[in-house]
Amino acid sequence: MYRYDEFDREFVLARVAQFSDQVRRRLAGDLTEEQFKPLRLMNGLYLQLHAYMLRVAVPYGTMNAVQMRKLAHIARKYDRGYGHFTTRQNIQFNWPRLDETPEILSELAEVEMHAIQTSGNCIRNVTADHFAGAAADEIADPRVYAEILRQWSSLHPEFSFLPRKFKIAITGAPHDRAAVQVHDIGLQLARNENGETGFIVYVGGGLGRTPMVGRKVRDFLPEADLLAYTEAILRVYNLYGRRDNKYKARIKILVHETGLEELKADIEREFEAIRGGILTLPKDEVDRIEAYFAAPAFKVPGDERLFDAAIETMPGFADFARQNLNAHRQPGYTSLTISLKPIGGAPGDASAEQMEVVADLAEKYGHNEIRVSHEQNLVLPHVLKSDVPAVYQVLKEHGLAEANAGLVTDIIACPGMDYCALATARSIPVAQRISERFGTPERQKEIGDLKIKISGCINACGHHHVGHIGILGVEKKGKEFYQITLGGSADEKSSIGEIVGRGFSYEEVVDAVETVVDTYLNIRNGEEEDFLQAYRRVGEAPFKEALYGTQ
Amino acid sequence: MMKVVTANRLFDGEVVWLGAGGRWVEDLGEAHVLETKEAEAAALEEGAASADRQEVVDVYSIDVTVEEGMLIPVRFREQIRAAGPTMRLDLGKQARRRENAA
Repeated sequence: MYRYDEFDREFVLARVAQFSDQVRRRLAGDLTEEQFKPLRLMNGLYLQLHAYMLRVAVPYGTMNAVQMRKLAHIARKYDRGYGHFTTRQNIQFNWPRLDETPEILSELAEVEMHAIQTSGNCIRNVTADHFAGAAADEIADPRVYAEILRQWSSLHPEFSFLPRKFKIAITGAPHDRAAVQVHDIGLQLARNENGETGFIVYVGGGLGRTPMVGRKVRDFLPEADLLAYTEAILRVYNLYGRRDNKYKARIKILVHETGLEELKADIEREFEAIRGGILTLPKDEVDRIEAYFAAPAFKVPGDERLFDAAIETMPGFADFARQNLNAHRQPGYTSLTISLKPIGGAPGDASAEQMEVVADLAEKYGHNEIRVSHEQNLVLPHVLKSDVPAVYQVLKEHGLAEANAGLVTDIIACPGMDYCALATARSIPVAQRISERFGTPERQKEIGDLKIKISGCINACGHHHVGHIGILGVEKKGKEFYQITLGGSADEKSSIGEIVGRGFSYEEVVDAVETVVDTYLNIRNGEEEDFLQAYRRVGEAPFKEALYGTQ
Repeated sequence: MMKVVTANRLFDGEVVWLGAGGRWVEDLGEAHVLETKEAEAAALEEGAASADRQEVVDVYSIDVTVEEGMLIPVRFREQIRAAGPTMRLDLGKQARRRENAA
């Protein structure tokens, strides 16, 4: 994986020193809260309901065992013994003290981590497929380009005061696991007819109060033009993006209001003016970065009879093997999802002890690589199939072996009103109750692939618009109220879910979800037709009928 | 009307309410209840002055009511702020109260 050079190290250390001084000046009264707030946000530090919250970047969701152990240490020493993995492949600590954050950032810098650009109106942590460098269907490793974009965008002077935040995602495979079409810029690696690497480019996707699927602006952007073209998009956005209204400031609104063709022409014009210049990616630089992400020294395949025997004999292992493994490009290997969605648990939360268990497993069985997925799970990308039973055994001992990746209980949920200052309703307890309702292995298996996503306010951090079943919590007459959307999706055929009807109270919402699920089970054309396919075939009518009766 | 003034303590983010004598308290039960517009305005001013001294941030007033002799915020959000996460009773102020009771 990527390793800091001297420049990176000095850059992060300088940033820690700078922030330490800012905190000192704030506590001494030399900076007002108004002056300090944008500075702390640039270092990922928010003030939430109960305490400060520190968001630490995990660039493109990749880290190693030493880094994970450091996160566990921070959780224990400065927080309350746990952390929360997010939909941007980052981690949040919910209880740090302001006066201790400089120390936390120093500790993070020791292991090449930081909280830079995890907040504020800048280019945020670039996210990527969590199976990058491992997936059998991959064209090229998206992290190489995510890292190049990170280096280009970090404290980019021209793009530090954008109209609003800016999110980029990259997928390396035709099957999009990084939700690229609902990002400000979505990049999908592709090969042209000459076998050259490049990108399909989408612009203007996003969720929040105005959800939109990104529009394709390029069928093929050559690799060498990645930075020039991205810079062209950012320049057009920085110039024309609205600054008069925070809720209309994202690039999706600009695309919508300007019209795709005109905006495309603006981008191409800017691109023509800067292409071939200093931003052209030299091949040797791409190769240099690529070397950092070279595959580990894979071992010869182990004895897979161990794996096959475990399917027969080890309780729960067959379900785990069916659900939590992803095809690897290397014979004898698999990518293994560690679910952070135990039945009845808070989605994305991991205790310090669990983080250490994952770190140990990564070292012992996983070539020292760990990923955070945008679905709030962890992944060991490179595990020998013959080692999976041993890994499973350890996971099971630590409450990490839930065999539910991609199933109804693998729910994305934002922190909601239990933690977040912006939330208007709770999300986590709704996720917990749904998880308990559908929690038996038989019920989950019967339902099959189903993505439920929950947000506790209209900002949509829980991606509810792109849930097959989406749940949005709002406040209505002082009570929590939940709106259900159906048919959303964030893969290569992205779609925004449609509101099915009036919302439900906190007490009613789980029953409503069960009604939707049971309706699907009744109308599907056999087990092969998953929820989304069935919904796309029949539309909302039967679900509406089941939820509200004939109206 | 019944109101109290609340804020977060600057150095650690702890939720606090304005108590008697302009002292910030960590337990809502010790907050000073304001029953007139004038008292609320004076308390907010006191809070703002405290913010200027770098003691707290985000000073505002909230509606409260009394249930079974206990002071309770009217808004659910403020109830959660006064207690802690609803699904983690081992965290936040509610955890400390449980410890004290045990």
